[in-house]
Amino acid sequence: MAGFGTNQQRRGLPAMADHTIGAHEETRRDFLYVATGAVAAVGAAVALWPFIDQMNPAADVLALSSIEVDLSPVPLGQQITVNWRGKPVFVRHRTETDIEEARAVPLEELRDPQTDEERVIKAEWLVMVGICTHLGCVPLADQGDFDGWFCPCHGSHYDSSGRIRKGPAPLNLAIPGYEFIDDSTIRVG
Amino acid sequence: MQALLNNGFVRWFDNRLPVLSWANHHLMEYPTPRNLNYAWNFGSLAGLALVLQIVTGIVLAMHYTPHADMAFDSVERIMRDVNYGWLLRYMHANGASFFFIVVYIHIARGLYYGSYKAPREVLWWLGLVILLLMMATAFMGYVLPWGQMSFWGATVITNLFSAIPVIGEPIVQWLWGGFAVGNATLNRFFSLHFLLPFVVVGVVVLHLWALHHKKSNNPLGIDYKGPQDFITFHPYYTIKDAFGAGVFLILFATFLFYAPNYMGHPDNYIPADPLVTPAHIVPEWYFLPFYAILRAIPDKLGGVLAMGASIFILFLLPWLDTSRIRSATFRPVFKWFFWLLLVDLVVLGFCGANPPEGFWVPLSQVATVYYFLHFLILLPLIGWFERPRPLPDSIAKPVLKA
Repeated sequence: MAGFGTNQQRRGLPAMADHTIGAHEETRRDFLYVATGAVAAVGAAVALWPFIDQMNPAADVLALSSIEVDLSPVPLGQQITVNWRGKPVFVRHRTETDIEEARAVPLEELRDPQTDEERVIKAEWLVMVGICTHLGCVPLADQGDFDGWFCPCHGSHYDSSGRIRKGPAPLNLAIPGYEFIDDSTIRVG
Repeated sequence: MQALLNNGFVRWFDNRLPVLSWANHHLMEYPTPRNLNYAWNFGSLAGLALVLQIVTGIVLAMHYTPHADMAFDSVERIMRDVNYGWLLRYMHANGASFFFIVVYIHIARGLYYGSYKAPREVLWWLGLVILLLMMATAFMGYVLPWGQMSFWGATVITNLFSAIPVIGEPIVQWLWGGFAVGNATLNRFFSLHFLLPFVVVGVVVLHLWALHHKKSNNPLGIDYKGPQDFITFHPYYTIKDAFGAGVFLILFATFLFYAPNYMGHPDNYIPADPLVTPAHIVPEWYFLPFYAILRAIPDKLGGVLAMGASIFILFLLPWLDTSRIRSATFRPVFKWFFWLLLVDLVVLGFCGANPPEGFWVPLSQVATVYYFLHFLILLPLIGWFERPRPLPDSIAKPVLKA
């Protein structure tokens, strides 16, 4: 717009304050600029939230976030896998041998030190999320070097308490929040 | 902006990809007629509405399922279970109506101030192309919730093509992907409903290109004579557009939060049933005048042709209007007929909303005849016989005198 003159000149208005740094005087117009900008910024931020929050789990997904599992059909020495929040949960009915073996391991041998007692509510029932803590595969039961689980993806070995013993995984298999509703039923989540 | 361009890195970057100087040229220094009134707000509002539709639409597509058995339930899930899903869907549905309100006012402004006349004919055409794309997009979007109105609206509109002699039937089957509106139709409509808004964005770019090439028309409708006729786009029109956007958003929010279903139809909350047609089937309000023209002609092919012609006639407007004066301000006769045309369109709207029986039938026929009379007979004649009022010397003169 060079050559057009300033807008004030063209409108026949007196020239505004010089806007170079140092010579700046605060005017009503500066206040209006900042106030307008602030209202627009706050409004935009508030309006943005629904667009972000819509990607969070929806109400119907949250409503299905806890399940009940009947333990009575699981025979001694066997395990079942149930689907909880889209993930496999192993429910293992452990034998005396499984329990004794898990409790005999000294803590200093463990990568993620945790006693077997910390990982169960009732010793014969081991409940854990069946997702390898390395990169998310599902470990195979009754395999590996420690009478527990073995992940076929990258060779992590878990013992009869689901603790990591060998291979690349950093942590023990996770224990979900659960409780016994009665002697043979648990609620996971 | 100028201070930003003094920065060394910014200058280096701008020299290689001149986005900043381009934005400076088109959004800040851009010379705009100094006398634009609030009727000129509706172009930027249409842009705002388009962005709103695209953003909410992309979000809704994350939750919607385009399958005949699941579409309706997935929309209900958006309304009940998805976080803020009700808000996003109501924004999208009411946003469509507001997009049409804004665009219709934008077009009416063009009609009143003669914005379609030389040298802006291509600009006008591109606007009409956007309108046609909007109509197709809105229609297909309305089908997606797969309610009764969706299903039967889709059936009626696609059946328009069956009016074409000989090849009509194969064309309709091709559109449907079957022997009736069904899952295949829903799937392709979803795909196209997602695609077309981005085509609209492309045509909007051309529309703005043509606009900035020939510059804005103005309420006086006279050509600019020199730099004194312009002011910079920023801050004068950025702030004016922002104010208009604020008013628009207040009205939008009023509908959104207090009457979100006012412009919809209750029948569309009934899942689609291919065996039962609702008793009274009407399109969304923005199609009503055209729907009235369709029903006014007592012949299947004739009705379809008349409806198509009612829009395509607008492409010829720059040559049907024989007056060289753009603004209706200086056209004492045309001005009255402009308002008469708007009344005619409102009458057509009411005709379209009511069942085709009783006095609505002759009324819609009269209104249809008048619509075409306006463009084909009245406009050319008014241009020849009307004596326009004297035009001002320049844009700047009356403004500066005041």
